[in-house]
Amino acid sequence: MGDTIASLLIGEIGIIQDFCLDAIPLNLLEMGCLPGKEVRLLQIAPLKDPLYIKVNGSHLAIRIETAKQINITKLL
Amino acid sequence: MQGNSVLNIALVGNPNTGKTSLFNQLTGLNQKVGNYPGITVDKKQGKCKISEHLTAEIIDLPGTYSINPTTLDETIVLETLLDDSNSSFPDLVIVVAEVENLKRNLFLFSQIKDLKFPSILVINMSDQMARKGITIDIDALKKELKSEIILISARKNLGIDALKREIENYENWNTEPIANISEKIDSVFFETIKTTFPEFSLYKSWLLITQQKNCNFLSSKLHHKITEFNKDNEKVGKYQHKETIYRYQIINEILKKTYSVDKNEATDLRSRLDRILTHKTYGYIIFFGILMLIFQSIFEWASLPMDLIDSLFASLSELAKTNLPKGTFTNLIAEGVIPGIGGIVIFIPQIAILFLFIATLEETGYMSRVVFLMDKIMRKFGMSGKSIIPLISGTACAIPAIMASRNISDWKERLITILVIPFTTCSARLPVYAILIALIIPDERIFGIFNLQGLTLMGLYLLGFTAAISSAVLLHNVLKIKTKSLFVIEMPNYKLPSFKNVFYEVVEKTRAFIFGAGKIILALSIILWFLASNGSDKFKKADEIVSKQESANNLPDEVLNKKIASYRLEHSYIGNMGKVIEPVIKPMGYDWKIGIALISSFAAREVFIGALATIYNVESEGENVTTIKERMAAEVDPVTGEKRFNFATGMSLLLFYAFAMQCIGTLAIVKRETKSWKWPILQLTGMGALAYIVSVITFSILS
Ligand SMILES: Nc1nc2c(ncn2[C@@H]2O[C@H](COP(=O)(O)OP(=O)(O)OP(=O)(O)O)[C@@H](O)[C@H]2O)c(=O)[nH]1
Ligand SMILES: [Mg+2]
Repeated sequence: MGDTIASLLIGEIGIIQDFCLDAIPLNLLEMGCLPGKEVRLLQIAPLKDPLYIKVNGSHLAIRIETAKQINITKLL
Repeated sequence: MQGNSVLNIALVGNPNTGKTSLFNQLTGLNQKVGNYPGITVDKKQGKCKISEHLTAEIIDLPGTYSINPTTLDETIVLETLLDDSNSSFPDLVIVVAEVENLKRNLFLFSQIKDLKFPSILVINMSDQMARKGITIDIDALKKELKSEIILISARKNLGIDALKREIENYENWNTEPIANISEKIDSVFFETIKTTFPEFSLYKSWLLITQQKNCNFLSSKLHHKITEFNKDNEKVGKYQHKETIYRYQIINEILKKTYSVDKNEATDLRSRLDRILTHKTYGYIIFFGILMLIFQSIFEWASLPMDLIDSLFASLSELAKTNLPKGTFTNLIAEGVIPGIGGIVIFIPQIAILFLFIATLEETGYMSRVVFLMDKIMRKFGMSGKSIIPLISGTACAIPAIMASRNISDWKERLITILVIPFTTCSARLPVYAILIALIIPDERIFGIFNLQGLTLMGLYLLGFTAAISSAVLLHNVLKIKTKSLFVIEMPNYKLPSFKNVFYEVVEKTRAFIFGAGKIILALSIILWFLASNGSDKFKKADEIVSKQESANNLPDEVLNKKIASYRLEHSYIGNMGKVIEPVIKPMGYDWKIGIALISSFAAREVFIGALATIYNVESEGENVTTIKERMAAEVDPVTGEKRFNFATGMSLLLFYAFAMQCIGTLAIVKRETKSWKWPILQLTGMGALAYIVSVITFSILS
């Protein structure tokens, strides 16, 4: 429990959970970052921030504080 | 549509889908295109002939993921689509999507459809489909979306004619909405909205409610009505989320039936390149390697063509001098205007090389990787990774660079970026640097490879960058602005640069540089020439006065004439002005002539050399033709007899130009972008004071 996008390792995949709507900016949802969608961590920037993810077909870079707001369940 | 009516057509779509590429195809214009989300940051218009009887005004807009904006450039899209009193309010909308990210593109399309615009879906980059293993069942998709769809390739010019033919028929397009938001979310709530705003489509009313703060075109009555609905912030926010999820549900269903990707066909070039280019050590090495390469080539590759241009303009002066009737005006042309223009044209090679690199990098998709690499570091300085793009393009010109900061969503990060951009060494500083360096730094090599003059120039670039970073840190600690930031950037796929796009970008930018500066130099040298060749009493009687003063010395004619000319210049209008400012600039090591050139260059920095040329030439009327550089090297301080442009004065000038904010154009843009005079005034005074103090200190230490 308590996994977020920030706790993924490179190459790992998670499923975005039903998240608290207030914590996630609308704009991220609109880019396809929705509950139930698969998210894969592609790269971590050299200073551990930002994160480069693929979610719902989009390739995005988000900052770690945003990533920490998005709960996931890890897929093995 | 009747006879010669004009149709307003807006191009809307996600960033980087090829809206501007399509715009250029339709209008024949050459707006800037690049593989980076956020190239277009402003509304651009152009004419297009759709058919015999139908002309359209095409409106290119910044890219946006949704009509709910988070950055300034996105707000422009919202305004264009909602403000129907606007002259560019569209009659129809072309939504530009792209084969790879169709799902996300359709999200925006569904919003546009719900606004009830006659709209057509254009799916761009069809040339990429086979390579990526994508198949789209266009006919089925048309049925599902109840819309017209055209597959095009803006780069290969495919499907454009089909699009035009379809547009002719726009009055018959289906304008039914795609998503029925009221039913799915809260029918009672949306029913009240419907009855309160019967004049608008439901979705438009909903947008006005959720985006009230971004709509400054509303009447006060409307304002009032809207406020009633969005008092309950939480509810509105929740409904927006629901709406988003609902839209994606619909789209997913549709795409399941119509869109497929064959994973085997998709190459993983992207991930391989990403692994290297964003690697924690190689990533930085490659980035700084590229920067080094750019600077080296600016100095190395450009030197041959620059020498050619130099000698070309020298012979042009010679030609003017021998063929035009003798007189001051000929001198102005031959020694003021021609070298002044030459002093700009000579930089074409360097500027073209700079733009060649920037445009190529932008087309490859590499820039987003730099943003990703640099974000954390830039945040320590109060900026965003996205600030890197404006800071790099600031080496060309601060004005587009400041505009490019529009896609930074955090206001504080954006403001700091705007404020420090003018420290980066723009191309207008290059002419001034180059000539001063040539005068005061010996043309020698150290360690056999590094050219000392080139190193000095490189040092000045670094100095500018350091100044930008340090003042950013200062501002970061001083400015008390609370912002809730959201940083998201899309990482586009890598592309081979299109030669045509890069070529046009280089030509366009270079042309703008030459003509912009050329006009100012031409105007200014004529004004300065006039002010230097006229004056009041003492100016007119210069002959008498000087002859009388010197009568006892029995000077040879030549020397006497020189003295008269100097005396005359000193008492011309411009001389009088110069004398007024001399006390202020003396501590920096300048005489009044440099002072005048300095003030002239507040219009634009590159004017400095031309202004000096004009002043010197009026003084040395009738003498042999010399290049500006030779004339500057020959100028001596009448009191000490030393060279005017010695090391101390030269360094002081170089540093002044490195720090001072001498560009009216930039100040105007900063005012426009920050909507306040406060910030440009801060830049002008802050950078001015810094430049002054540094120059005074430098001069007093070195002399
Ligand atoms: N392969 C291919 N590339 C294209 C096509 N159309 C545009 N591009 C490339 O896609 C990138 C983005 O093109 P732009 O026209 O700048 O896109 P835009 O939608 O105006 O982007 P923003 O202004 O940033 O929102 C550029 O690198 C283009 O060269 C196409 O049909 N095929
Ligand atoms: Mg564009």
